Amino acid sequence: MKLTYLKASAALAGILVPLAASGVTWAQDAVNLRMTIWSANEAHLAMFNEIAAGFKETHPNVTVTFEPIPFENYTTTLTTQIAGGNPPDLAWILETTAADFVNSGALAPLTDAFAATEGYDLEDVTEQATALWTRDGQLYAYPFSTSPFAIFVNNDLVTAAGATAPAELIANGEWTWENAFATAKAVADGGQADGLIVRDFNYQTWQNLASIWNGWGASPWSEDGKTCAFTDAPMVEALTRIHEAIFAEGAMPGPGENVDFFAGNAAMTITQISRASLLPKDDPFDWDLVPLPEGPIGAYAVVGQAGVGAFANRPNTQVAVEFLAYMTNPENSQKLAQFFPPARASLLNADTLAATNPLLSAEQLETVVIAGISTGTVLPGHTNFAQIQQTVRSGLDAMWVPDADVPAVLQSVCDSVGPLLAR
Amino acid sequence: MSLATEKETRPFWTIARRDAAAGYLFIAPQLIGIVIFVLIPLGLVFWYSLHEWNVLANSFNYVGAANYQMLLADPSLPQVLTASAIFSAGLVVLNLSLALLLAVLLDQKLKGIVVFRTLFFSPVVVSLVAWTIVWSFLLQNNGGINGMLSAFGIEGPNWLRTPTTAMISVVVVQVFKNVGLNMILFLAALQGVPKELYEAARVDGAGAFKQFRRITLPLISPTILLTSIITIVGSLQVFAQIAVLTQGGPGMSTTVLVYYLYQQAFQFHFFGYGSTLSILLFVIVAVLTFAQWQLRKRVVFYEN
Repeated sequence: MKLTYLKASAALAGILVPLAASGVTWAQDAVNLRMTIWSANEAHLAMFNEIAAGFKETHPNVTVTFEPIPFENYTTTLTTQIAGGNPPDLAWILETTAADFVNSGALAPLTDAFAATEGYDLEDVTEQATALWTRDGQLYAYPFSTSPFAIFVNNDLVTAAGATAPAELIANGEWTWENAFATAKAVADGGQADGLIVRDFNYQTWQNLASIWNGWGASPWSEDGKTCAFTDAPMVEALTRIHEAIFAEGAMPGPGENVDFFAGNAAMTITQISRASLLPKDDPFDWDLVPLPEGPIGAYAVVGQAGVGAFANRPNTQVAVEFLAYMTNPENSQKLAQFFPPARASLLNADTLAATNPLLSAEQLETVVIAGISTGTVLPGHTNFAQIQQTVRSGLDAMWVPDADVPAVLQSVCDSVGPLLAR
Repeated sequence: MSLATEKETRPFWTIARRDAAAGYLFIAPQLIGIVIFVLIPLGLVFWYSLHEWNVLANSFNYVGAANYQMLLADPSLPQVLTASAIFSAGLVVLNLSLALLLAVLLDQKLKGIVVFRTLFFSPVVVSLVAWTIVWSFLLQNNGGINGMLSAFGIEGPNWLRTPTTAMISVVVVQVFKNVGLNMILFLAALQGVPKELYEAARVDGAGAFKQFRRITLPLISPTILLTSIITIVGSLQVFAQIAVLTQGGPGMSTTVLVYYLYQQAFQFHFFGYGSTLSILLFVIVAVLTFAQWQLRKRVVFYEN
């Protein structure tokens, strides 16, 4: 049936297009841009549609539509669209796959277009935020969201277990991983709730453990990305400690257990601040938001990033880049900052953020958001990330059992992922 | 010469031609569907398998047999094929024996037997993903099954997180999902066995087991062949259960061929190599089906 429609519409187009080209010029100029995103949040969509409407005022022929794709399969769906010859004009890109997109040549360069846009003030966008999205001095995607990882605390559970609340530990200068695990263990020992959850980790998305192991100075591969670093001392120590917290202390729920912090079932969770929207409105608990504890190397911060890029070599690439310049200009960046922590230095202050994040206190914004963004390391990413992620995940599975030999497992992880990294 | 002129004067639309044309017209809708959705994609997949297709860089280069050489050298492939074989063998054995057992048990004239037949058939009509998601909750370490076991003082394994139990879990979830279909086919076959054969056997002094072995099994053997082909081909195409329950883990213990193909093509973006893997799958299914048809001549009994 579809094919009949296709044929019919192709035939119709065959008649109409030459007609339009000869007589009615506006039909030829009409541009429809499509941007794939992974948020289906009504408020987010309303804001994006408002920005698109603003662009239409100066470009009446351009219509932008936003296409939400579920987060779990986002990159897979996006690449399948590209493979099927139906790529979007613009797309959100995850930090982990940034290298794939930036290095592939699939995206249009942005720096010159942004610099040429009046009032854009490219200098204001911090270099730290753009590093991941830049190749050979050209920006290929704009980091519209730089969101620090932090710990949400359920103080009701912590107090009930007679443990020391993180806020108190921070006040005493004792907010370390050892004490954080102790608090988590105390709550878990009570048997009413679990201790600490690394949200979305699920013993699969191992890169989220960077929110812990960065405190040991660990990283999965060398700085140039060519050598496996899972067997380096910091990583072995960090994962040994995490393994101990899970299996010996019971401070973290084990594999195959689904526990939700926001349903009130755990003392603490590591996640990004945008998850504050999940805090229960009915029957709320006494919650707190604190920065990540100090690890053996001292204080540290980890951020997740999301970029937005325009695909190159498309009929409307130029208009898409223009829209991107409009969407991320100083004025619209302020709108975006309601939901997505900004990459512009001028917006990174407690006053601006307070206006848009009513749930968070000035102190939380200062210690978690601003400090996190200005000092944070981005989650690990790599070219060919999907295959590397899967290979490491598959190797690490052997570690998520009580009597695992952590160094031996990590050696086998490096054995299998080493050749992929060296490529 | 005269014959030729005679032929020329004959009308083109003979009765035979009319019938043939009508026949082709009747099968046309199905045939067009198969050509567009099966044969053309099959040809394209073969064509893709000769190329290196980088989706992001938008490059599509002819590489000849390189993907096939990669297939032979792929260090993961033995593991994947072993997992597929274990899954298929476990599924076929468990599914067919359970289906036959249920069919024999339900082939009785008892009050309310229809309720049981419906009960066992109902999973077949449940959405596959919904069915699997419910099972994923039951199979969690702190899920329903271990909760039930702990009520009896048994500490259950972490089903989906230990290689052996993970494989058993995906097989059992799949068996429970589809056993009803084979059960119905067996039930129909059982009811087609002439009752007088059993009477004759009884008169000759054959016991229940002997009757089953000598009469029932031979007479339903065409159905056993049919169900085993359907089940084996279906088992090689298992995807949703793996994707929902284990994502191929732990390690690669439940990464069956179709899931591996999906990873290579859609997650790692190696569409060329993914196509090569699907050609491999096609060959495996073709060979197995052919072998089963051959086997038919030797083990399947036809009444006439």
